[in-house]
Order: sequence, then C-alpha cells, then structure tokens
Amino acid sequence: MTEFTPIQSLAGGALIGLAAVLLMAVHGRIAGVTGILAGLLPPRIVSDWGWRLAFLGGMISAPLVFQAVANMPVSYQSSASVATLIVGGIIVGVGVTFGSGCTSGHGVCGLARLSPRSLAATLTFMTSTAITVFVVRHVLGG
Amino acid sequence: MKFVLAGLFGVIFGCGILLSGMGNPAKVLNFFDFAGRWDPSLAFVMGGALMVTMIGYRLVLPRGAPLLEASFALPTNTKLDAPLLGGSALFGVGWGITGFCPGGVVPMLASGHAGPVIFVGGLIAGIIVASAARGMMSTPAKPVAVVSP
Repeated sequence: MTEFTPIQSLAGGALIGLAAVLLMAVHGRIAGVTGILAGLLPPRIVSDWGWRLAFLGGMISAPLVFQAVANMPVSYQSSASVATLIVGGIIVGVGVTFGSGCTSGHGVCGLARLSPRSLAATLTFMTSTAITVFVVRHVLGG
Repeated sequence: MKFVLAGLFGVIFGCGILLSGMGNPAKVLNFFDFAGRWDPSLAFVMGGALMVTMIGYRLVLPRGAPLLEASFALPTNTKLDAPLLGGSALFGVGWGITGFCPGGVVPMLASGHAGPVIFVGGLIAGIIVASAARGMMSTPAKPVAVVSP
C-alpha cells in the first residue's frame, strides 16, 4: 500500500520538467536517462561525456540534497528478489536500447516535443507495464 | 562551469524523482495496479513534468541554440518501427516486474538500499549488450540532427 500523493507528485514532476527544460536551454540536450547513460557505456562511449557524467552524478547525489532541503525521508518498498532485479535490469536495458528511450526521454521530453515515436513508445511501455503488473500480481499471485 | 550546471540539473531531476515518489518501486507498481492497490500518483508526476516541458521547450527551442553549445541535439527519426515498439514493450515487462525505470532508479543508487544498485548492474549489462547488437544504428540520441538557427 502506498499513499496517493497528488501535490508532492505534481511538484516532483514539475521539478523533473524544470531540469529537462534547463538541460535543453543550456546544453541543448534531451533529458533522457537512457540516452545519457548509454553515451557513457561501450560500445557507444561518446566524446561529450562530461555533461553526462555530471548530470548522472547530480542525480545520484539527490538523496543527500533532498533529505537536507526537504527534511523528508526517501521512501523505498520493494519485494523483488535479487534474481528478479538482475533479470529485470537486463530486460529494461535491452528494451530501452532498442526502444531508443525510457520514461524520461519518451514519456516526458518526447511527448513535450510532440514526437510521434515517443507517443507510440510511451503508449506501448505503459500498456506493457500494466499487463505485466496485472499478470505478476493477479494471475501468478503476489 | 558547464559541468557544474549539468550536475545541478541532475540534482534537480533527482530531487523531482524523490519528491514525486517515483524512486519507490512499490509506488510505481501501484499506479499500474488498476485491479488492486491503485495509486494514481504517477499520472500527476507525468502531468507536472509535461506541463513544464510543454511550455518550457516552446520558450527555449525557438531561441535557435542553447546557451553553452552550438546547437540543439534533437532526434529526427519519425518512423514507428519494430525496434521502437518491441523494445518499448520489453521495457514495460522489466519495469513491471521490478518497479524500476532508468530515471527512477539512478537517484536511488545512494539511498542506502541494495536493490537499486543490483538493478543498475543488470541495466548497464543490458544496455551494453543491446547496443552492441544494434551496432551503429542504436540508442536514443542516435539520429541526431544539428539544428541551426
């Protein structure tokens, strides 16, 4: 059970959007975490790795800043086993690479640009996630 | 200076994820669980993010160029092809069994929990293997056009 948090989620979403707009305004880049990360990994290591590393480093340090500024705990609940996490991570990595993006790149930046590819991708992964959750929780039981 | 700003934007992005609750796998999964413990919060996250980017991009992109680079790097591919749809469907399966997506999990790496670190290990392996498999045609920022003023 998680509590419905419309205000916090809306405000958090606005911060995500703000970061995406600023990254575009200053660096001219899409704030897609898949693309940013993939540019730092073989075989696609790119020459403009500096801003990518800095952006991801900033994301990683967010819990420290968040707890200091907002004085709120970082909530985390997961029942996934180690095997599920590893397999799930691999599946997500393969999926977002072939799909050219994830929730941030397609679902936020791409939709904001009215990209047909991002709309198709977002509808596809939202649907497939919902089906997967239904199967895991209500068919297989969980 | 360039990198300091990019780092700051990363902090803002990460704090947005944490404030929104999207770093919590259970909260993400509950959004998709219409038949069970439905938590509509994720829709508000997407809504908040889209309101800001829809307006913000329209103010920024007409400027012709970003502040610290010569041009905007924007995808130009418009084809709805099999890799896009198949990859996205696969992504949903992994998101659905774990509750983690790339943007949601990175800000959780230093949260003190092992789960995000383990997931990111798999994520990195998956990206490397799939990028190699796709060869030179792959990844999100690939078909990048130099958009001049």
